[in-house]
Amino acid sequence: MSRSCKAYIAGVFEHPTRKAVDKTIAQLHAEVAIGALKDAGLTKDDVDGYFCDGATPGLGGMSMAEYMGLDITYTDSTETGGSSYLVHVGHAMTAIAAGKCKVALITLAGRPRSEGVKSLAAKDYGDDLPERGFEIPYAPVITNMYGMAAKRHMHEFGTTSEQLAWIKVAASHHAQYNENAVLRDVVTVDDVVNSPMISDPLHRLDCCVISDGGGALVVVSPEIAKTLGDRCVKLLGQGEGIKHLNSGRIDLTYTGAVKSGPVAFAEAGLTPADMDYVSIYDSFTITVLETLEDLGFCAKGEGGKFVADGNLISGTGKLPFNTDGGGLCNNHPGNRGGMTKVIEAVRQLRGEAHAKVQVPDCTLALAHGTGGSIAQRTGAATVIMGRNDA
Amino acid sequence: MTNPERVYADPSINMETEAYWEATKQNKLLLKKCDDCGETHWYPRAICPHCSSSNTCWYEGSGKGKIYSFSVMRRVEVPYVMAYVTLDEGVSLLTNIVECDFDNLSIDQDVEVVFRATQGDQALPLFRPVA
Repeated sequence: MSRSCKAYIAGVFEHPTRKAVDKTIAQLHAEVAIGALKDAGLTKDDVDGYFCDGATPGLGGMSMAEYMGLDITYTDSTETGGSSYLVHVGHAMTAIAAGKCKVALITLAGRPRSEGVKSLAAKDYGDDLPERGFEIPYAPVITNMYGMAAKRHMHEFGTTSEQLAWIKVAASHHAQYNENAVLRDVVTVDDVVNSPMISDPLHRLDCCVISDGGGALVVVSPEIAKTLGDRCVKLLGQGEGIKHLNSGRIDLTYTGAVKSGPVAFAEAGLTPADMDYVSIYDSFTITVLETLEDLGFCAKGEGGKFVADGNLISGTGKLPFNTDGGGLCNNHPGNRGGMTKVIEAVRQLRGEAHAKVQVPDCTLALAHGTGGSIAQRTGAATVIMGRNDA
Repeated sequence: MTNPERVYADPSINMETEAYWEATKQNKLLLKKCDDCGETHWYPRAICPHCSSSNTCWYEGSGKGKIYSFSVMRRVEVPYVMAYVTLDEGVSLLTNIVECDFDNLSIDQDVEVVFRATQGDQALPLFRPVA
């Protein structure tokens, strides 16, 4: 069948660098933009919409539009942390459907590794942050906050460290084929649970890598997609949302995916069972486990059993995920992993993933982004895509 | 059983929260509830997040609760316990657990508030296991 859609992804590019000591952030933005436009068969002069996150240098997209020489009539700099780029995809779909732009460029760049960021420390947003006085003196960092989410999930549902470890094991099986991946060694469940404890119950190998780099996407109207050939990927549905601490009525066992998933599936007219491949945000193993439950790939609390025994490994498992090695092994540019989630899903739908991890006849795929901290305030965005003939 | 504690950073204090931080210096943990809808919320705000009323008021909480979740942060100079504690009043707050054995903490454990001076002589509420 051929599904109708409002917009297509025509170009993607993941920067090959993982440590960019000799490049500025602006330069990285421009390099990924050029790469994605070349991949689409377009140039910067075709771009009329520009999207970037709040960490991009300058006020919104203004400085980067100037740096790259873009002539822009539509812009959006929505900031939801690592999920921003999947939010941008949805906003680009809406803008294109409304006739506000035809070629939307989305870029991400960051260099935390070169800047000496040693941990995923929470960024300090200053005294205007209303919750600041009630959190910062207690020294929350990303690892101990996600650790608390994992511990509560274990308490309520019996999830084990070994089950969480299977998520890293699957990512490592995929990363061995990615020559750009930070971690290419295949690891075992024992390797993960015997790696140093960072903030219990999360071990070092439950955490993602820290890397420099970035990526870009080019989203185009159906009319332009027709001129660019069958490497264009259909955008079938998108949803987003924010989850927070709910005035003190907290529940750390779920993520914002409970909001974004149903909206995206409804727009696409599809269900989790229809997905041939998924890219799931993987800042930590627990992020993947809770997200798979929240998106409906298994019941709440069943995530541990679902991910165990290699079920996420391409070729042997029932739900191949993060076939580039994900943030856990490959790349987490700028501490923001949403961009690379979309890029690998597009590779799968084009049949351009590495032959060892390519899902046969991959027709429908999902990418999900998580931003901020799932144990505090978190953004979520889900994008459902289809092959050109889907 | 009792571990060394780090020097605590000062809280940021503003017009909405100065009464709270004045009270912590008197070893009191204040909460905010709404006189219109009756709900307690956390963290304390001028405007009720449940019903949007400006009719919010301070009251002294019990200072007692249970551990909702925790994570021991060991790979730092002075290890500490990050935790969410659910107070008897029904709201959960971010805190540290002190005066405890890191290896013998558990979810649902009973805890009570204690206060520590910060580096700038403010007072920070933390929690310890009930003996």
